[in-house]
Amino acid sequence: MTASGPFVVEARGLVKRFGADTVVDRIDLRVPRGGCFGLLGPNGAGKTTTLRMILGHSPPSAGTLTVLGEAMPAAGRRVRARIGVVSQDDNLDPDFSVMENLEVYASYFPHRRHRPLRPFLESLLEFVSLGDRAGYRIQALSGGMRRRLVIARALVNEPRLLILDEPTTGLDPQIRHLIWSRLRALTERGTTVLLTTHYMEEAERLCDRVAIIDHGRILAEDAPRALVAREVEPSVVEVRAGERPPPPELARQARVEAVDGVWHCHTSEPGAVLASLGDYPELEYLHRPANLEDVFLRLTGRELRD
Amino acid sequence: MQGRSAGHWRLPAPRALAFAVWRRNARVWVRLMASNLLFHFGEPLLYLLGLGFGLGRFIGEMDGVDYFAFLASGLVASSAMMSASYEGIYSAYTRMVPQKTYDGMLATPLEVDDIVAGEMLWCATKGCISGGSILVVAAALGAVTSAHAVFCIPLLLLIGLAFAGPALAMSAISPSYDFFSYYITLVITPMFILCGVFYPIGSLPDALQHAVQALPLTHAVALARPLVTGAPVEHALAHLAVLAGFAAAGFYVSVALVRRRFVV
Ligand SMILES: Nc1ncnc2c1ncn2[C@@H]1O[C@H](COP(=O)(O)OP(=O)(O)OP(=O)(O)O)[C@@H](O)[C@H]1O
Ligand SMILES: [Mg+2]
Repeated sequence: MTASGPFVVEARGLVKRFGADTVVDRIDLRVPRGGCFGLLGPNGAGKTTTLRMILGHSPPSAGTLTVLGEAMPAAGRRVRARIGVVSQDDNLDPDFSVMENLEVYASYFPHRRHRPLRPFLESLLEFVSLGDRAGYRIQALSGGMRRRLVIARALVNEPRLLILDEPTTGLDPQIRHLIWSRLRALTERGTTVLLTTHYMEEAERLCDRVAIIDHGRILAEDAPRALVAREVEPSVVEVRAGERPPPPELARQARVEAVDGVWHCHTSEPGAVLASLGDYPELEYLHRPANLEDVFLRLTGRELRD
Repeated sequence: MQGRSAGHWRLPAPRALAFAVWRRNARVWVRLMASNLLFHFGEPLLYLLGLGFGLGRFIGEMDGVDYFAFLASGLVASSAMMSASYEGIYSAYTRMVPQKTYDGMLATPLEVDDIVAGEMLWCATKGCISGGSILVVAAALGAVTSAHAVFCIPLLLLIGLAFAGPALAMSAISPSYDFFSYYITLVITPMFILCGVFYPIGSLPDALQHAVQALPLTHAVALARPLVTGAPVEHALAHLAVLAGFAAAGFYVSVALVRRRFVV
């Protein structure tokens, strides 16, 4: 295939404006070939808009964008022939059964149709644990089954790059773990996975690299662990304190955020913080290592979106 | 890369992949073929038998043609219009908006140009099936007197295309299903009444006679009627040109409007 070079997606100064609103604001994004890349951001950050530009559905207002080595949106057809897409909304075809959904979708990829088709599609259903549902109507599937079917459908063209927009939003933990294991299996086979999520746990478990995006700008990009090491203190002590203000000695030992009756004490000296808390035996607290969510909240702030 | 509308109005360039969209719709239709055919035959058959026999008895001949054959040939054209239009509004809109079928398709190598081309061909196919159904019934009842009637089949496809384009354009700009009743009431029904299906347009007041020349159904009926009754076809090229013009303009406009809805 023509796509060479170390990056499957390369954006420079990418901008998207809707009227006066700048929704994606001069982002530079490089998604390396292989592994899993996460685009993290709060609601309205510009994740879906960025993916739409990558797929050629939304012409950029400025900047350059290369996907699988080809300039977008001009090469849209060729590029989409080699990409699989799991969109944020369910758009399975309710006029068809599970298997028919795959067959019809495969017919939209004339040059990349696996032969013989039927056993290949059956193997895709097996892959997402829907092997026994081939004849079911879409209406008879649960939310988790639909999502898995959308994932199977995104694989009918054996894509080099799989793009998933919030693949596990609204699903129960069993299904989420199943989907994570399937995505890992795909990356082990050499498929590059690009996903968006607001679940930090998901990003930490799955992604080799993440970019945190807010208000259309990339705030930080790195391996999740490197981000945690770089952007926040290694330990967090969460104290249920109610209305009282944090004592001054705590503020010297930690970066304290008091939010809704909880002090979040971000610190490199958890021992000292815990010792200070010993003076207040009535307070309940939790000591944990810092994680990606702390990075996310530090970079994007705690105020509500929408 | 400038404004929001950038590129929506550039010329469409559909590919053969459009037939995959046609096949998708055909596959849905075939599964419910029995009830679908009943629907295609049903309503126009009611007109044909009810009005054809009922009125035909009193009218006898119209414009020198047996009224039953006169009406049947008009209904061949109008049922193609109806069928292509309904498919282009209600059914295509269902795929376009609530069902998100287009969103799924657009994640593949399909582009809006291909989807609209496939949808238009499918609407025309439905028009052809509907008009063809009437033709079959009319023939069985002895109202088809010319072998030229077989040319109705390609003609019905063209009629279907001429109405599919505007219908798809309506779907592309429609905020909801309610919108379509305006289109039916203000555009389709007047054509059904005024364009020569039930009586020759020569009996309309002068001004109206000229006005209906701008409507595609007038030209569809003007072609279908002589093919069915065996009369010589007059001004064939002009009529075909009007229908082809509606089809081409409808395709262009609906591609642009669907792009405006999906490529933003
Ligand atoms: N077609 C459009 N016209 C105008 N504004 C739009 C359009 N599409 C998106 N936006 C705006 O762009 C911003 C970013 O939207 P986007 O869907 O990319 O966010 P997101 O990061 O995917 O959010 P979420 O997590 O809620 O899915 C939002 O403020 C949204 O309202
Ligand atoms: Mg989104």
